[in-house]
Amino acid sequence: MARTRDTARLSWWIVSSAVVLVVSCIVALMIGPAGPQWWRIPLELLDRLPFVSIDSGISQRDWTIVWQIRAPRVVLAAIVGGTLSLSGASYQGVFRNPLVDPYLLGVAAGAGLGATLVFALGGARPADWLIDPLPLVAFGSGMVAVFVTYMVGTSFGRTRSNISLVLAGVAVTSLATAIQTFVLQRNNDVVRQVYAWILGRLSSATWGDVRLVIPYVVVSTVALLMHRRLLDVLRVGDDEAVALGTNIRRVRFIVVAAATLGTAAVVAVSGLIGFVGIIVPHAVRLVVGASYRKVLPLSLLLGGAFLVLADIPSRVLSDPAETPIGVVTAFFGAPFFLLLLRTRESAS
Amino acid sequence: MTTSFKVGFAGLFLSIAAVLSGCSGSESSSDTTVAAEPAATYPVTVGDVTLEAQPMRIVSLSPTATEMLYAVGAGSQIVAVDEYSNYPQEAVDLGTKLSGYEPNIEAISEFTPDLVIASYDPGSLVQQLGEIGVPVYLADAVTSIDAAYEQIENIGLLTGHAAEAVALTESMRAQIEEAVAGVTLPSEPLSYYHELDNTLYSVTSNTFIGSVYSLFGLRNIADNVEAGNDYPQLSAEVIVSSDPDLIFLADTKCCGETAETVAAREGWGSLKAVTNGNVIELDDDIPSRWGPRIVDFVIAIRDAVSALLATA
Repeated sequence: MARTRDTARLSWWIVSSAVVLVVSCIVALMIGPAGPQWWRIPLELLDRLPFVSIDSGISQRDWTIVWQIRAPRVVLAAIVGGTLSLSGASYQGVFRNPLVDPYLLGVAAGAGLGATLVFALGGARPADWLIDPLPLVAFGSGMVAVFVTYMVGTSFGRTRSNISLVLAGVAVTSLATAIQTFVLQRNNDVVRQVYAWILGRLSSATWGDVRLVIPYVVVSTVALLMHRRLLDVLRVGDDEAVALGTNIRRVRFIVVAAATLGTAAVVAVSGLIGFVGIIVPHAVRLVVGASYRKVLPLSLLLGGAFLVLADIPSRVLSDPAETPIGVVTAFFGAPFFLLLLRTRESAS
Repeated sequence: MTTSFKVGFAGLFLSIAAVLSGCSGSESSSDTTVAAEPAATYPVTVGDVTLEAQPMRIVSLSPTATEMLYAVGAGSQIVAVDEYSNYPQEAVDLGTKLSGYEPNIEAISEFTPDLVIASYDPGSLVQQLGEIGVPVYLADAVTSIDAAYEQIENIGLLTGHAAEAVALTESMRAQIEEAVAGVTLPSEPLSYYHELDNTLYSVTSNTFIGSVYSLFGLRNIADNVEAGNDYPQLSAEVIVSSDPDLIFLADTKCCGETAETVAAREGWGSLKAVTNGNVIELDDDIPSRWGPRIVDFVIAIRDAVSALLATA
């Protein structure tokens, strides 16, 4: 009986979060530094539905701006925000540490090194390559960095403790960052490009980027959501989880691998967008409690909504220039989080 | 822990990027007096730098200064250049790869220079070289062509080629005037977008690059950004809705951009510059340096404007 009520409440939360995400996307699609008047855009969207015909009065050029430039950016923001939040929540579960972010095991530093190498070697040359090497190399090097971390971190003694894994992540991050800095010093003509990449770049999002990340993100999301109950078991502690018949090493490996896959994929197309992966899962926990059955799906949906909304000021704040998305997420996210923390503390 | 580290890292890049984009704002030694007589008489004083004799072992840490040195005829006095000095070929043939960005004082002093020219002082370059008795002339980034002429003449004066330097700037002035006079501009100014890299960084009219386009009365689509942000990252939406008449790509070397890659970008295919063939591929180095090849930059703009007007 209690179980049914719980499930009903969870469904209610999921449906309302999905509505928040969809509304955020539509609002984001309506606001930008150029393009048609905002109110025409929902009309045009309705017009595109089957059996509906409305004259929105949008010119071909304006629709190009909305559909070819703004829309992929909105969709990519939703994917990136959702993936980073979901991965962050999963990492926090598997390491039982609320301060962990999805970059813990070196995926960001590895991807950053890969991206820097591509810039420094004069890559990102669509003319010479069949495909843009930047996201592929960033993705690959991010995965390699985490693989090295995992191999090193689990090879020392007892894997019962996560500490060696976390320390290996710190070491791999430092090493990759050091190499990146060295490469950058030797090729300082690419500093601006690398810098823009580090601050995150949804600004150059295309439908191609969306198509590129979707397969990895879907695999990662499905795998992580399937482990939501096992992450709840891990919450009670390793010994207790083993006593309950959980194969901790396997759960940890799959969750880390899936979260890394998703994170590496989105980092490869969007650069390093900080803050989302820590703050969104915590905000969700403050509202619905610590159970991963709720935290994971809600982090996915609300993380997407958060980044979609954060990207709006990024687009219009210094019109016609861009404001880096990483700046916006922290600038608007941190006060929001403090406010949430305060209201929750005083409520309890 | 990782987050705070990354923030510090990003901050480092912010400061580096600010230095590289040359927005330090300080005008180059404007208290200079260019000698009227062309004779190479020493001592010579330019700004804070006084030379007792003609420098015969010059180290250039700035690609622009290297081009200026060769153009005024001081090439044979150069012993070393920085890694980005790739023009003229003689500079490359020196085979020296000093860093102008993180200058290594010991590596520079190995060449026993009697004059070092740099485009900026990243810290204590002037002071440290001063301690071992090596004068440093800072030929920092300029914001106008006139300031570039002045810098060329200063370099001529310091190296004992004052007359050649004056002749060079006069010739540049004449060629640029001729190029500008060669086109009859339409009453409605043509608009342009100058691309620094494929993440859509651009320049405003307040920059040196922008001042060159202003010679032709071109209107920069990036000029609405707030003051102080002279190297803005433009929003793709704004570029497409501005639909500039001309697109200049200064990212052909860094990023491999071409007229074709621009046409292939989502949403860019229907821009007038793309459909009318007015996407101009520049050598990245030419607009970014304020040396003798300004003339090439001006002529590239002239050709682009004439081609556009001829088909219009």
